[in-house]
Amino acid sequence: MKYVLLFVDTEQFSADLEAMTPDDRARAFAKVDAWMAEHRHLIRGGSKLQDAHTATTVRLDAPEPIVTDGPFVEGKEVVSGYLEVDVADLDEALRMVRTWPGCPVVEIRPLES
Amino acid sequence: MTTDAAGGDPHDELARVVREHAGRLAAALVRLIGDFSAAEDLVQDAVVAALQRWPVDGIPDRPDAWLFTVARRRGLDVLRRETRYREKLAQVQWPVPPEPDERLRLIFTCCHPALPRSAQVALTLRVVCGLTTAQIARAFLVPETTVAQRISRAKRKIADAGIPYRLPSGPELADRVGEVLTVVYLMLNEGYLSSGGEVASQRLVDDAEWLAALLHELLPDEPEVAGLLALIRLHRARSGGRFDAGGGLVLLADQDRARWDHAAIADAVALLTRAARRGRPGPYQLQAAIVACHAEAPRWEDTDWEQIVLLYDMLLHLAPSPVTRLHRAVALRYTAGPAAALAAVEEVSGRLDGYHLFHATRAGLLRDLGHAAEAREADARALELTQNPAEQAILHDRLHWT
Repeated sequence: MKYVLLFVDTEQFSADLEAMTPDDRARAFAKVDAWMAEHRHLIRGGSKLQDAHTATTVRLDAPEPIVTDGPFVEGKEVVSGYLEVDVADLDEALRMVRTWPGCPVVEIRPLES
Repeated sequence: MTTDAAGGDPHDELARVVREHAGRLAAALVRLIGDFSAAEDLVQDAVVAALQRWPVDGIPDRPDAWLFTVARRRGLDVLRRETRYREKLAQVQWPVPPEPDERLRLIFTCCHPALPRSAQVALTLRVVCGLTTAQIARAFLVPETTVAQRISRAKRKIADAGIPYRLPSGPELADRVGEVLTVVYLMLNEGYLSSGGEVASQRLVDDAEWLAALLHELLPDEPEVAGLLALIRLHRARSGGRFDAGGGLVLLADQDRARWDHAAIADAVALLTRAARRGRPGPYQLQAAIVACHAEAPRWEDTDWEQIVLLYDMLLHLAPSPVTRLHRAVALRYTAGPAAALAAVEEVSGRLDGYHLFHATRAGLLRDLGHAAEAREADARALELTQNPAEQAILHDRLHWT
């Protein structure tokens, strides 16, 4: 079954990452790389996204499309990346996500088959 | 089959038979037709039919076969469009050979962590214990439509999100057992001290005990399962003294301990002791140990409060919670005096301002310390906050007589 993992950053997480020494940050990234390598056989695609300041949102529920700067939900949590994975069931997706060493929130959403 | 042939209330008997068979049938049907939601619907239909027919016709000799026949007939009817399910169903005869741990798989699916807690509870009661939507609604004092919605949303999520129908294993098992125990504990809490109608809440405690016993049978090596079962049985063993002839709640200190079931208390303590020997303490074992201290004291004055305070310290270490700190403060009243206890109570005031027992406890301690006016104020606040009629009555009395 296919799922998308939506990775969500919080302000605190970004600030913590910012405050790290270059060595610590390199170690944190290495953990993420190791996780990716461990689950490579389950990952079908996906990417890290550029920062939220690059986001543009278009609302089509008004008489005219409204284009605004920023992500669609204004808040402290922003989607920072996604992966498409192909696993047996929700439990396998949960097992993967439990050991995710990066950002503090992950949403698991099945794809429509 | 049911083991209790002591007669008693025919409704209790009916509930027992349904509880014993509905979950087995659901588990077997999920396996046979491979669809959780469809199987659950069929069992629910059969249960509703049984609750209509059995009080009139009597409980059949083979309740399992009766329920299966109704579920199957209904299944052949409603699964018309789903030929693959229909064909499977048409071929089976009852009894189908049971698979080990089949009901356990059912319980773990109902209590999957990806489902909201309220849905876990409703689904477990309906699928595993065979309660109808109406019975669940009565026990939790929520509209029937709310319960029906919770169940149908949960079933949709199980199907659409790919929640598997299987036993968790390895390191996952402990977490998942914890999830199931939380659901059983909620049933106990709601049933034991609920705002629901009396019969419905009693039934909920029955279901909680039955589920815990089933889990204990299926997972004999999990000490927390045994701990929760002991906790439920210790509460039940003392239920004889909890209410007076008029249905009023009697405080622990004033209960007639001759009305407690001392044989049941001894059994539950033995169960708890066996679990504790495994050397893996947990919140349920500790809570049961605390209740055991009360249950084993011949008189209120004999209560081993030092031991109780110690057990609360261990419990707080494993599972910190403001309510547990409140309970510890109550015990502290008898080891360190009311002033120390009041100080401990005030420490949790910020977290528990909306909790009636916080104010009732505070009132008791203020009264012990001679602050009558403040005590009355706290009691009045407690009264505002509780929905439970038995507790309301006690607080009323206190406001009138003190």
